[in-house]
Amino acid sequence: MQIRTLEDMQTAKSLGLAQLYPDKPKILVGMATCGLAAGAQRVFNTLTRQAHEAHWDGVVEKTGCIGFCYKEPLVDLILPGKPRLTYEKVTPEIAGELFQEVAAGRIPENHFMARLDEDDMVLNGGPHKLAKSKLKGFLAKAPRYEDLEFYKLQRHLAMRNCGFIDPDNLQHYLARGGYFALYKALTEMTPEAVIEAVTVAGLRGRGGGGFPTGVKWASCRKAKGWPKYVLCNADEGDPGAYMDRSLIEGDPHSILEGMLIGAYAIGSTEGFIYVRAEYPLAVKTLQRAILVAREAGLLGDNIFGTGFSFDIKLNLGGGAFVCGESTALMSSIEGKPGEPRAKYVHTVDKGLWNRPSNLNNVETWANVPLIIGKGADWYKSIGTEGSTGTKIFSLVGQVKNVGLVEVPMGISIKDMVEFIGGGVPETRQFKAIQIGGPSGGCIPKELWDLPIDFDSLSGAGAIMGSGGMIVMDSSTCMVDVAKFFLDFLIDESCGKCIPCRLGLKRMREILEEFSSGKGSLADLDELQSLSEAVKDGSLCALGGSAPNPVLTTLRYFRDEYEAHILDHKCPAAVCKDLITFSINPELCNGCTACAQECPQGAITGVKKQPHQLNPALCIKCGACKEVCKFGAVAVS
Amino acid sequence: MSVTFKSLETILERYPPSPEHLISALQEVQAKFSYLPKEALAAVCDHLGVPLSQGWAVATFYKSFSLEPKGEHEISVCLGTACHVRGAKNLYDKFRRDLDIAGEEGTTRDLKFTLRPVRCLGCCSMGPVAQVDDEVYGNLNQRKAGALIKQYRQR
Repeated sequence: MQIRTLEDMQTAKSLGLAQLYPDKPKILVGMATCGLAAGAQRVFNTLTRQAHEAHWDGVVEKTGCIGFCYKEPLVDLILPGKPRLTYEKVTPEIAGELFQEVAAGRIPENHFMARLDEDDMVLNGGPHKLAKSKLKGFLAKAPRYEDLEFYKLQRHLAMRNCGFIDPDNLQHYLARGGYFALYKALTEMTPEAVIEAVTVAGLRGRGGGGFPTGVKWASCRKAKGWPKYVLCNADEGDPGAYMDRSLIEGDPHSILEGMLIGAYAIGSTEGFIYVRAEYPLAVKTLQRAILVAREAGLLGDNIFGTGFSFDIKLNLGGGAFVCGESTALMSSIEGKPGEPRAKYVHTVDKGLWNRPSNLNNVETWANVPLIIGKGADWYKSIGTEGSTGTKIFSLVGQVKNVGLVEVPMGISIKDMVEFIGGGVPETRQFKAIQIGGPSGGCIPKELWDLPIDFDSLSGAGAIMGSGGMIVMDSSTCMVDVAKFFLDFLIDESCGKCIPCRLGLKRMREILEEFSSGKGSLADLDELQSLSEAVKDGSLCALGGSAPNPVLTTLRYFRDEYEAHILDHKCPAAVCKDLITFSINPELCNGCTACAQECPQGAITGVKKQPHQLNPALCIKCGACKEVCKFGAVAVS
Repeated sequence: MSVTFKSLETILERYPPSPEHLISALQEVQAKFSYLPKEALAAVCDHLGVPLSQGWAVATFYKSFSLEPKGEHEISVCLGTACHVRGAKNLYDKFRRDLDIAGEEGTTRDLKFTLRPVRCLGCCSMGPVAQVDDEVYGNLNQRKAGALIKQYRQR
């Protein structure tokens, strides 16, 4: 349908609302990549097949990811006048049982996660009550979302529609207030007023640097040259971060709307989204969203009849981390290798094809409609003074509750790990949190009262980055972590400048000495000075921040380095040259699982008798430790 | 070979002869043939008016391009940070051992599998993960990896 006037918007909105909360039962399946990896497609197929066979008068629909990745696949039940009910870890069998209950008019109780009494609908007039009458029986006692530790401190603003709408359905997006901010900007605000709002709101870039978005837009607006380009960085290369993928897969129109508002403010008619090819579902979702928006007249010429025109092209990344860097990204869109250039001329003046270009990342764009829709003062009231709004983090690694977490800026690391994350596995201790990806750093337990905002993190030697947060516990070796990031960066260095291309390799060699027990204390100083040199001498931000993982582990975990050098020991039992595997005869009951799994035939023994491991044959692959249910494989 | 070049022509027809389309065109060729045959790379460069040296630079810069034929199934093992702290390196070595791949990555002699590491599939909550063709497998360990290879060998 065409959306040209406010009336069209209102019509689409009410149609959408009737689909979101229909007057018949509806079952939602979370089908972003994380859900699919957990088996959501089979769950969806089971539900649609059963619904079809039973001639069920209800709806089965897909939706994006609400962030509870550790409980996937998730299924939601929406019954008229009832709270929204969420079910966790649903297999096809459980989905079948669940459907039978629903079809019989009962409320399923198995695999129940939580109920949601109010839908926040932040851009559509605030909380909508879902429970229309007093709750009784099971429902009254069922835990609410707000009772879950994982969710309690969260506030889903950028993720406002993820897990609520079908990402391919434009009416769903409009139903929750989507594109109304664009309408407001185009019909009530001047471009200057839009920039002013984004500046006053204090929005800072969510992709890494935390540069003030309003300032960037203002410079690009002022820059001379035509055409001007508006770009979206969806080349989420930071390993351990996947919020951009999730936003695209769950709510693609929020990004398009943000870009449209930005284009109006800057004075641009052409946009590009540079998206990772490693995210096939995100690519497809964006392709569809662009097509739908174009058909509706929300992209293209003369949007809302205001004379403003803007269209978006999609570019697929070729799998290069460096292309997340602005100049490299632009070079890649031009069809060249993604090599960065020195930025003494800013990309807002001369970027893509030497024209003024404004690049922001996915999450930044998704925040823009909130600022225009709800106002800069509202936005500013969330978060801290220097870092306003919320930020999405991917809380992953050695932590119990793994998933996407959107919280107001300023929350402490401790709250993040202990409360939201539920702590590290029982038998281990929290050691560090790695934040900011390969350009970030490891922050130790001593600093875990530190508030998470742009400035506190850079003070501690890390960066906010795109928000990947990897929890590390006593089973993680910090020398190994430093090696891991250097391996990554060596692999991804484009090779244009020498400090990054050669410096990182030399640093890696020194680390190899440590992890094989051959290093000396003098090497530590050498590593430190080499790190400083790479930091100062590199051309782009990738090289300039590449030594951060090494520098922060040296700063906070020097004792671990010294244990490798002086005692020839790896305290976390990771570095292969410094460890040996053995079998504890007191714990081994001779189940033969390890012997079957050992690729070397290094484990021998009689069934039901303690086994022996021949260290001469052992390649320390750890396969035996993985399969042993009795903790009998010892690593020392 | 004539069929091959026919499908190449249908790809090229859609691109105006301008250098900016180099990456997109090569991505389509890669998707079609599962690698960039030498002749195809030359034909794309010729069509877009790009020197072959620049085509070569692009084809070797980006990880998604391959100059060698790929196996029937492509196994991408995630070596991102979250998977790394959950034992992805050992998992990767298991794939290498079972597929008998000598280098860091490569294709099996029978052209059945291509193994390569990938830096983050964005499924960090289920780490360690690997992707075989379009299917993502989460919470893997070495034993499950062995079973996975067997399962795909029989297909």
